Parts: sequence; C-alpha cells; structure tokens
Amino acid sequence: MPTLTTPRRLLSSQFVDLLVGPHGIDRYLELIRPELTIRDARAEVVAVRRQTERSVTMTLRPNRTWQGFRAGQFVRVGVEIDGVRRTRTYSPASSEHAAGRSFELTLTTHPEGLVSRHVRAALRPGTIVHLGGAQGDFVLPARRPGRFLLISGGSGITPVMSMLRTLCEERHDGEVTFVHYARTAADWLYRPEAEALAASNPNVRLAYVATREGGPRVSAQALRSLAGDLDGALAAVCGPPSLIDAVRDCVPGEVLAETFTPPSLSVTGAAASGTLRFLRSDRTAEIAGGTLLEQAEAAGLTPEFGCRMGICHTCTCRKAAGTVRNVLTGEVSDEEDEDIQLCISLPEGDVALEI
Amino acid sequence: MPTEHPQLTEEQIEALGRELDELRNRTRADLGERDVDYIRRVIKTQRGLEILGRVLLEVGFLPPAWVGGVAALSLSKILDNMEIGHNVMHGQYDWMKDPALDSKRFEWDTACPGDQWRHSHNYMHHTHTNVLGMDRDIGYGVLRMSEDQRWRPRDIANPIYATLLMLLFEWGVAVHDLEVDRIEKGEITLADKRDILRAIWEKGRRQVLKDYVLFPLLAGPGAPFTLAGNVSANVVRNIWSFMIIFCGHFPEGTHEFSLEEAENETRGGWYLRQMLGSANLTGGRLFHILSGNLSHQIEHHLFPDIPAHRYAEIAVEVRAICERYSLPYNAGPLGKQFGSVVKKIFRLALPGGSEPEAPRADPVPVPVHVPDRIPVAA
Repeated sequence: MPTLTTPRRLLSSQFVDLLVGPHGIDRYLELIRPELTIRDARAEVVAVRRQTERSVTMTLRPNRTWQGFRAGQFVRVGVEIDGVRRTRTYSPASSEHAAGRSFELTLTTHPEGLVSRHVRAALRPGTIVHLGGAQGDFVLPARRPGRFLLISGGSGITPVMSMLRTLCEERHDGEVTFVHYARTAADWLYRPEAEALAASNPNVRLAYVATREGGPRVSAQALRSLAGDLDGALAAVCGPPSLIDAVRDCVPGEVLAETFTPPSLSVTGAAASGTLRFLRSDRTAEIAGGTLLEQAEAAGLTPEFGCRMGICHTCTCRKAAGTVRNVLTGEVSDEEDEDIQLCISLPEGDVALEI
Repeated sequence: MPTEHPQLTEEQIEALGRELDELRNRTRADLGERDVDYIRRVIKTQRGLEILGRVLLEVGFLPPAWVGGVAALSLSKILDNMEIGHNVMHGQYDWMKDPALDSKRFEWDTACPGDQWRHSHNYMHHTHTNVLGMDRDIGYGVLRMSEDQRWRPRDIANPIYATLLMLLFEWGVAVHDLEVDRIEKGEITLADKRDILRAIWEKGRRQVLKDYVLFPLLAGPGAPFTLAGNVSANVVRNIWSFMIIFCGHFPEGTHEFSLEEAENETRGGWYLRQMLGSANLTGGRLFHILSGNLSHQIEHHLFPDIPAHRYAEIAVEVRAICERYSLPYNAGPLGKQFGSVVKKIFRLALPGGSEPEAPRADPVPVPVHVPDRIPVAA
C-alpha cells in the first residue's frame, strides 16, 4: 500500500533523522502510540490463555517493523516487569506464513521463572512487548521433502507446532507424523489444535504420549508403527537432549534438532570455578581470583575501564551468559545478554562476555 | 588559604564508608516502577516541549510564538541535558535494561559527543573529584579556579573567559576532552587527539545542521526568526547549565585535595572527599528537576549512578550522617552560591592565594592514571 509506505519512507529518511537527532524518530513516535516505532520491533499482547496448569500462551500482534520468522526459529521477547525489561527467548508456535499477522508463544512456567510466572499471573492484553529479530537454523528446508516426522518433548512443542501449521497452511501433501511427549496427559500442549489440523488434513497423523503414565518411550518400533517406513523422512525434533539422542538412534535419515538446557543456577559463593569465555577476542580462561575486570586483564585482554570502583560505568560490557555477583550489593544475576560492570562483578561459575 | 579538612580517624572514615554503602544498597534495592514512571514522565515532558518549541519557532516571525518557542525549546534542552542526559549517561537507569536509556549508548541534545562526556565526566571528574592536577573540571583548562593554580598574566582576563565559557558552554564541554591546555603546553599534540576531534566534528556538525540550517530553512522566509530562536534556546541552556555546574564544586567552603591526599585512599576516604568537595543548592522541586538534581551535588557525588530524583530523600540521611561526624554540609540558594563563585572568578584573576613566593611548576598533570588498588574486597 503506497499510501502507507510513503510516510514510513519519509520518517526513516536521513533528513528526518537529522531533525529528530540525536534521539531518533522512534523516541517521538512511541509517545503517540508505543507500537508506532519504525526501527524497534514491538508487539501488542492481544490474548493470554492457559492451556495447562504449567504453561501460558500469549498471542502477539507485531507492529509493521517486525520482519517475521521461519517455522522453528526463536525470537527474543522483552517484557517489562516492575520497571525492568526482562528478555527471554521463545519459539513462536504459529505458521511462518503469519507474517504481519498475530503469532503465538507458549511459555512453560517454572517456580523460579520470573517472566513465565509474570506472564501467567499478571500479563494483560494491551501490554506492549519488545521483539528481537528471529534467529536459529532449526527451520524447514526451503525445498520441502515429501515426508516429515515432527517430534517434540515438553515445551519443545512450539517450534515443531509452527512447522506443522506451516506445512498444513502450504497444503503440503506428503505424510506428516506429529509426535509429542509430555510427562502427563495434563501437560499436553496444542492437542485440540493439532487434532483440528489432522481432521482437515488426511496426510497428518498424530500421537500424544504421556511418558509418566505408561506411554511408550521413543523407539524405532514405536515410530514405525505410527509413521510406517522411516526411510526418506525428514525428522525435526525439539526437546531435551535425551529425546534428541533417542530420535537420532532410530531415524535413519536426516534429523534436524533443537534443544534447550535449563538455566544453570550455580551459586557457588566465593570459591566459584568454571570457565570465562571472552567471545570477541576468542579467548578462554579458568576462573582465578578477583573481579571479572582483573581476570580479563590477567587473560591478556585490555577492556576499557575507569574508576575500578563501580561508579563510572566505563567498563560496562555485555554478558552473554553466566551468573555473576555484584561485590557492592551482593546481588546475584543470571540473566542472559545483560550489561554488567566488570570492575565490581565476580563470576559464580561459567561466564561468557562480549569482550 | 585552602579550606582545612576536618580530621577523622581511620576507623571513623571506614565507618562512614560503611554507612554510605549501606544507604546506597538500600536505595538501589528499592528501585522500580516508581523510578521508571518518573523518568518516562520527564522524557515525555521534554519531547513535548521540544515539539512545541520547534513548531512555535517555525512561525517565529510572530513575536508571542517566538518568545514561547524559545522558552519551550530552552526548557526542552535543559531537561534533555540535565535531568535526562547527564543522569542516564551516569548509568542511573541501566538497571531498567531499556536500550533507549542505556548509559553506554545514550546521546544528548548538545554538541558534546556522549562517549567523550562519559570519559571526561563520569570517569575523570567523578573519580578524581577536586584533586588538583587530576580533576580537569577545576577551571576546564581555561579558568583559574583554585588558589593552588599558579597565576599567569593571562589570568587577568579570568572573568572574560568565564563569560565566554558560559555563553558557549556546550562547545566548551564539547572540546573538554581535547585537553587544549595540554596541547598548548606541548605535552600532547593535536594528532594525539585525532579521534576525539573527528567525533566532535561529527556530533557538532549534526547539531549545527539541525538547529541552525534545517529547522530555519523549513520556516522559509521566517528563517532568520527560527535561527535566532534556536541560537537563543541554546544560549539559555548554556547559561543555566554553566551556573548550576559551577555551583557544584567552586562555591566558598568546598575543599580541594592534593595528589598525595587522594593517594591510597580507601572507599570511605573517597566518600569523604566527595562530600567535602561538593556543594548543594537549595530550592523547590521544579528547581531541582531543572538542575538535573545537580542541586544535590553532594548526594550525586556520593552515588552518581543512583537515579537523581532520589537524592532529595537520600539527602535527609546524608545530612544526618554529616552532623554525626561533624562534617560540613555545604548548601545554599543559587544566588548566594553563584555569587561566591563569581567572586572567586574575579579574585583569582589577580595573583594571590596560598601560592608560595617562589615561582613553582604547575601541579604535575597526570595522564590517565590507573589506581592499582581495588577498593572493594571480594
């Protein structure tokens, strides 16, 4: 629609950028409506529902800046909780052809899961969340093979559900076998949706398995009884590492796999051990004594620094992963991709830094 | 004579440090929605004033629009630079993890590039506050602001330099990290500062283009009015921020420190130096906001990365601590404090003060100094 693209192009022009410098056009547009931003991808929560006791599903309507995703990819989602933006990674469960339309995320709630608990208990439709670009190689090949074996365990269902929905929307006519494993039947996700797809697509076969209620574990025999001959089928599996290994053992053809490991909460106190990874300089070091700044310097790096006492923020850098403790406040933080002050941070286990 | 420092025992200094650390951590733990709402409200107000000012100055040929436009744009720039920019760049809102309020990336509506400010101000000035030869904010390399700075004949024009610096303050701040005085003395050359110069040029060019070319051109035949309005708004902001900033460390009664005094300082000692070297301004709530809460300079220097709108409540406790340790708490209204700064600018134009009879060298300027101590125990 040219009537819509022309103002957008004007707003992203260099001329406007100079006029609204140094803050940029989004910092003004968002004051009219937060989702009007043309550089920051954002979405409005349009629905929140609880499929199971331990999950929550939210439907997001992205703004026009959002570039969409491919089935199987994951997206960084920022949710503001008590004034702090908490960013987590989730895989959309919707069809990849939903570009420009709403898409769904399903979160499993853990007792320590700050974001999932908040989304389940307090998130209301109308809330604005922040989106990062979609990432990940766990995607359907551009040339779709004839047969698919889509397998998921627990909350790993979302990217695989996205694949199933995508294939159904494309009217893929090869056989698609969809197997989901969860501990109990009460934990099964997306069962009514999958059944509806199976009802309208005769090539789709479903199996929902409750592993703690006597359901069969993954085996070549079990898969064959569902999907017939496994030869020539492309398997896409998402779940815990044990599930992926089991599928690899019994599927002869190509296996696309995505796993997720639970966050490591290694609060080990002063005697922390582990490996420091300095991602940009491609170096590693075993944890010795001292702050991350001292340890980075001991490893031969020259990170920027100033006061070395936590006041000037010169040494602030991005921590990609790991748990650190602030020596001034004693605060322990295990967030991924957060900025920390090197000169007052101690590692509490493996830490990866963007220096 | 420089002010005599109050004498505290080592134990007292350590206890003082612990009390202030405790106050800092307590405040830090309490940060949340309230602080977010506050800063977003200020930002919304600033952006609103900015748009209003720009629109009014586009029709600046109408006198009421011109006056209103200058007022709105001046206020916008003051809020942008002081309560928002200065404070955000200190990392006061980093805990929000909002990229738009990230101390490392924030840029403000002034000629000085954010990165250079972060170095010259957040690190150099805030770490080495009032240490002669280390804190380049003592006179900004142009003025004689301390009796311990050797008098040179050119200092006779101190009030003139100060007036020029006031009117052109954003440019003075922009070239601060160039260390022109050290270039002049031949300690460094312009070539050493090539990257700094390029960044100033890049940022300054965009600011000039915006305020003095593009917005005036958009007004068509009214361009001269828009241009005059934009110049005025920048100058109003310059004068205001100069006055507030010069009241932070130069009024009567603030302490200066020698390199030896600041050497091997503990965290408690650092806190003590910040308290003695800073001075507050008294006033109403709006005054505090427009000063970027630098009116609470003492609290700001103790806790530079705690959201500044909290300083008023923290001040109650800091004042009580000062009383308990018999420390001065330098505070006064803008007129009185700025008056004493002006007096100092004039007095130091003439030789005198505590300088010894025999001519002596300037305090040795120490290039970026790496303290070898880590003041915090793991």
